Amino acid sequence: MSKTVSTEQNPQTPDLHTVVAHVENKAGVLARIAGLFSRRGFNIASLAVAPSDDDRFSRVTIVVDCDAGALEQVTKQLFKLINVVDITILVSGSAVEREFVLACVACPPDRRDELTFDATGFDHLVIEESSESMIVSFSGRAERVDEFEEMLRPFGIIDIQRTGKVALKSLD
Amino acid sequence: MKTDGANALLRALEREGVDVVFGMPGGAILPVYDPLLDSSIRHILVRHEQGAGHMAEGYAHATGRPGVCMVTSGPAATNIVTPLADAYMDSIPMIAITGQVGTNAIGTDAFQEADTTGITMAVTKHNYLVQSADQIPQVVHDAFYIATTGRPGPVLIDLPKNIVNPNDPDSIFEDYIPTAHDLPGYKPQLDGDAALITEAAEMMRAAKRPVLYTGGGILKARAAKELLELAELTGIPVVTTLMNRGGFPDRHPLNLGMPGMHGNYTAVTAMQEADLLVALGARFDDRITGKLDEFAPHAAVIHVDIDPAELNKVRRANVGIQGDARHVILGLINATRELGGHDSQADRSEWRQQLSGWQEKYPLVFEQSEPGQRLMPHYVIEELSRITPEDTIVASGVGQHQMLASQFYEFNHPYTWINSGGLGTMGFSIPAAIGAKVGMPDRTVWAVDGDGCFQMTSQEMITAAVEGIAIKVALLNNNYLGMVRQWQELFYDERFSEVEFGPTVPDYKMMAESMGCVGIRVESPEEVGPAIEAANEINDRPVVVEFRTDPRANVYPMVPAGVSNSHIVVDPSQRDQ
Repeated sequence: MSKTVSTEQNPQTPDLHTVVAHVENKAGVLARIAGLFSRRGFNIASLAVAPSDDDRFSRVTIVVDCDAGALEQVTKQLFKLINVVDITILVSGSAVEREFVLACVACPPDRRDELTFDATGFDHLVIEESSESMIVSFSGRAERVDEFEEMLRPFGIIDIQRTGKVALKSLD
Repeated sequence: MKTDGANALLRALEREGVDVVFGMPGGAILPVYDPLLDSSIRHILVRHEQGAGHMAEGYAHATGRPGVCMVTSGPAATNIVTPLADAYMDSIPMIAITGQVGTNAIGTDAFQEADTTGITMAVTKHNYLVQSADQIPQVVHDAFYIATTGRPGPVLIDLPKNIVNPNDPDSIFEDYIPTAHDLPGYKPQLDGDAALITEAAEMMRAAKRPVLYTGGGILKARAAKELLELAELTGIPVVTTLMNRGGFPDRHPLNLGMPGMHGNYTAVTAMQEADLLVALGARFDDRITGKLDEFAPHAAVIHVDIDPAELNKVRRANVGIQGDARHVILGLINATRELGGHDSQADRSEWRQQLSGWQEKYPLVFEQSEPGQRLMPHYVIEELSRITPEDTIVASGVGQHQMLASQFYEFNHPYTWINSGGLGTMGFSIPAAIGAKVGMPDRTVWAVDGDGCFQMTSQEMITAAVEGIAIKVALLNNNYLGMVRQWQELFYDERFSEVEFGPTVPDYKMMAESMGCVGIRVESPEEVGPAIEAANEINDRPVVVEFRTDPRANVYPMVPAGVSNSHIVVDPSQRDQ
């Protein structure tokens, strides 16, 4: 297997770049990546890691907050890590991107209709309900997850966990 | 056939051609030291683990083969962090083997436990915490491959005690010899892109004021011969960075010498005025560029490096070529020939005239001391260069003596100059010289050291004496941290803060003799040559020659930190010309 790097620039979001790294599924790989970012002064906006279909490898999706020059360095420095097998930069227009959020919202039964109304257009799921609150989930593009979170805010967010972005290259 | 982790490790090292290991035993690594008694591998017992690391570096630099050091866990492992960082900065192929507490004790704050792989992650090309004994042959095989290929660097192998202890069932496994590498993410690229090489050769052909800016990558790629051919074919002058001294002969008329903060006027100014810089295995270090946005303002840049991350890291290249320096230089030679060779090169008579004008006006100079005054360190280096054999290996520490050695010693052969360039590790020279001498026992090896450096690692002179490693040390003793003194003189209004050592202690001659070395003290210029000659003749013991030098001696030229290279400060005697 040989390494490949594609370094197309992202025209739509100049500061946030989605870097996907295939890495060997070995102890310490995440520490190597995190350490590289910290010692070279790069910022991770979000991070998602999970085994790929081949359990020898994991797929790491990193959203990096940097300009184009720094992105080149990030990519090349990541590529130098022995456990990194290949790297792709995904461009917004030609990638499918999703984030997932779980939120616990203060929402007694008499406000449920209101929340359902406000959530129109968000393809969300209600996972648990109690007399005081409910846990809902939603997945979508990062901006949509932002909007979903803003929609929930007036009700009172008790707890919230967003994942990092995951992404795949679009079909042609 | 069954084997155990310790024996498997030694067999794996032997298969990699290891003939010497620098190290010191201790609790966690003890099981490996027992079968070492029966191995063909020589072990050099150091007095401090840092020494083992620098010896491995010196050995690697002098021989081109990876240096190996081996120490125990915890404090021993943390003591080799500095050599690892040094080797990482200067791309030295090196293998560090560290003991570790048993796998069951990892993470429990056990005695002499340190998170060695965690600590060294940022200063190694790669590291391994070996989880089971059967991984040892494969890990060693892969580690040597990683350390020696691509951009070379240090690789650390951390070995928990239970997997190397033959009395522990965890260490027993079915022996095997690895046949391939298990490195799906590692494929160094040697050949440069052919179209880019052609484009580069055309830019070189047409350039009126080009400079070949050659760095440590020339030596790593073993490309000195090819560089000479390219320079002579194109007629383009060469600057040799601190990491490539000796990579192009100093006596060659095309060699302008060392550029950078303490580079000579012509080398610095040639880069500054160039219309084309051809960077070959060099990385635009801040000590080369000075103030970056005013560095070489008129120059287009061709940048050749085996590490793609160096391309566009500091200075954007007009043509960036990823590849091994030797392969790419061979490509450039061919492409230049296809363009018509030497005769097709642009007319550069004006450039040559300008360069030789600068060389005449601003040579490296120093003012010889008056009788009765302390020695000028420059003079000591000049004499050392004049009197030592042609292929002498010189290893230096860090500071004024390092810059003076690089400036005033004439290097005409590759792998004759060993120093700590990137990290600037004081105390490097003595252990590095020992490592070089172990690797090249028939060569004369001189350490050029300062008194500050000497006091950091001089305990390894005992190692040298006991092991019969007859290095020679030129100790330039000015009783000061000289380079820091120079900065305080120039940039802190001569307010000397914590730079003066006690004027009477130690007595270096006695100190040398107490460590089993010959000690010689030199105080006046006429003694310098005879003392060096005497030291050259002593081959049964190490020698320390203490030269009492003038603390007021400074290193010039100098480009102050953060200042444009155009404002290079020359020797006081050359100012206002």
